[in-house]
Amino acid sequence: MKNLIGALIIIVLYSSCKSKDQAKLPILGEREPVTKTIDGKTVTDTVYSTIPDFKFVNQYADTITGKSLNGKIYVADFFFTTCPSICPIMHRNMLNVYKEFKNDDNFRIISHSIDPKYDTVPVLKKYADKLGISGNTWWLLNGTKDQTYQIAKNYLVSVQEKNPQGEYIHDGYFILVDKQKHLRGTYDGTDPEQVTKLIADIKILKAEPVMTVAK
Amino acid sequence: MRSLITIIIGLILIALTFSCQSDEQIEFNRYYSAGTAIYQAHCENCHGEKGEGLQSLIPPLTDSTYLKNNRTLLTCYLKNGIKGSLTVHGRGFEGEMPASDLSPIEIAKVLTYVTNSFGNKMGLINLQEVQNSIEKCK
Ligand code: HEC
Repeated sequence: MKNLIGALIIIVLYSSCKSKDQAKLPILGEREPVTKTIDGKTVTDTVYSTIPDFKFVNQYADTITGKSLNGKIYVADFFFTTCPSICPIMHRNMLNVYKEFKNDDNFRIISHSIDPKYDTVPVLKKYADKLGISGNTWWLLNGTKDQTYQIAKNYLVSVQEKNPQGEYIHDGYFILVDKQKHLRGTYDGTDPEQVTKLIADIKILKAEPVMTVAK
Repeated sequence: MRSLITIIIGLILIALTFSCQSDEQIEFNRYYSAGTAIYQAHCENCHGEKGEGLQSLIPPLTDSTYLKNNRTLLTCYLKNGIKGSLTVHGRGFEGEMPASDLSPIEIAKVLTYVTNSFGNKMGLINLQEVQNSIEKCK
């Protein structure tokens, strides 16, 4: 009898846990258990990989680093202004994300140019103007190729050098990052339905209780 | 008897005009439906599902007056691309459209689709017309 009650309690606890999980987003990327000793007790913690610090320049020629995004939820993607294939679709969809959150100072969109030679600051500014975006919600970033390709690896996006036909290949992914700089989701930026899900997921993240903010 | 012949001739005439019309209609439908697929594969990423364009980066395909006035040029646009400024719906655009690698028959089909969708109604643009236009392209 005692065992039965115990089992019931475990089942109830487990199922209540599960239902809470559904409104939560997983943390993606590498993780490793770290064992520490606190007050003589051994504690095992899971440490998730975070986006390392970086330094880029936006369309206003302002320097943007990891610090600029402290305490902010943000979405990252990769594009270039003369892209004839998927970028127009991606940014047509990203505009919906922009419109939804443009008045939220704790939210940002960052679009890394993978053609930094052509996409200089004035070119990015012109693109932003034509796209109809203003203010600081959506930053278009220029950095060296190495920096950009390195950060892309951290976002799990495969960005490649120009192929022999002189075209760039890149994934049309939108990557959702939380205030602790953990990866929380990847979405196909060319699919309006997935972008709708991204908007819903950002709202879930915004409602998450504030933990220690990564510095 | 005479009136019977008149009636028969009349019926034949009616049948002929109807079958003529539907031949045209059939040709239009063939161009239009093939053009839909070409549009989705080659144009929709930039110009959008409803021909709405993208802000001030890519012009919409909904300016019927513009399309009508540039009927011949449309073929050249698709064949050679566009670089420079143009005005659509009274708004200026100065972007660049890459040349497509579409064949003349594909150009005819996709133009038939575009110029009869999104509120446009220009009728069939057939292969012959596209070939004539190509000769006038610079
Ligand atoms: C890489 C993006 C891109 C693709 C793909 C593309 N266009 Fe365009 N298109 C443009 C841009 C940009 C302009 C405006 C060029 C300018 O400002 O000089 C334009 C202009 C036009 C115009 C004239 C202006 C207007 O809006 O009526 C037509 C017609 C047109 N495109 C049709 C097509 C058709 C049909 C296809 C598919 C075969 C196509 N385009 C594919 C980007 C694109």
